[in-house]
Amino acid sequence: MRQRPLSPHLDIYRFAYTMATSIAHRITGVILTAGFGVLIYWLVAAASSAESYAAAQTILGSTPVKLLLVGWLLAFCYHLFNGLRHLNWDLGRGLERHEARRSARIVIIATVVLFVLFAARAFASGVLS
Amino acid sequence: MSLQSPLGRVIGRGSAKQGVSHFWVQRVTAVALVPLTLWFALRVTGLPDYEQETVRAWIATGWHPVWLILLIGTLAWHSALGVQVVLEDYVHEKGIKLAALVTSNFLHVLAVVAGAYAVLRVAFTFTAG
Repeated sequence: MRQRPLSPHLDIYRFAYTMATSIAHRITGVILTAGFGVLIYWLVAAASSAESYAAAQTILGSTPVKLLLVGWLLAFCYHLFNGLRHLNWDLGRGLERHEARRSARIVIIATVVLFVLFAARAFASGVLS
Repeated sequence: MSLQSPLGRVIGRGSAKQGVSHFWVQRVTAVALVPLTLWFALRVTGLPDYEQETVRAWIATGWHPVWLILLIGTLAWHSALGVQVVLEDYVHEKGIKLAALVTSNFLHVLAVVAGAYAVLRVAFTFTAG
């Protein structure tokens, strides 16, 4: 194919954390899709025999998978708040640079707060212990 | 046979109102997922334990099957649209892209059918014991 001029993209822009929040939205989305598969597996196992559920419990209760579940929870909190930020943008609000930066900070703080609350609740109920 | 060009035939007829369907469905499912996912996360982290009996009882409680199937369907739809955009952006080889998109959609439909079947099976067969 003939070499055509490219419009400026990623590598010429100075890094800004609004860029990081944008790419993180995609990454957490993909992580959550994988988590959706785990949810379906869990439901199917619950609807199946005691042996199938025991096998699922062994897998889902193993330390590496538990760590993945914690990561999934964090991804959920982030995708939730950043998704609300996107919906607000879709209404045409908060698009100014200083507003986008402020909402990025709010998203990060809200993510950490909700994550800690859910993680504490999960620990208390025994899902993670 | 018409001598009118395809463009000439459609000019002035307005849009088919389908151009923004992807964008719109992504947002509508996003809004629906806010209460559905929060409900799910709160309930699941609040379970006393994760034995099969407990999980089945929880799935079969009241209107939980309705919320669970809505959650599964909405999650899958939102996820399929999101994964589609990611694949379209990062997979450049035509054949691989097509195969990836079809595979993703098949897996998402499979997840919905398997998940909904699992929930209904528990809902219709669970008896406390």
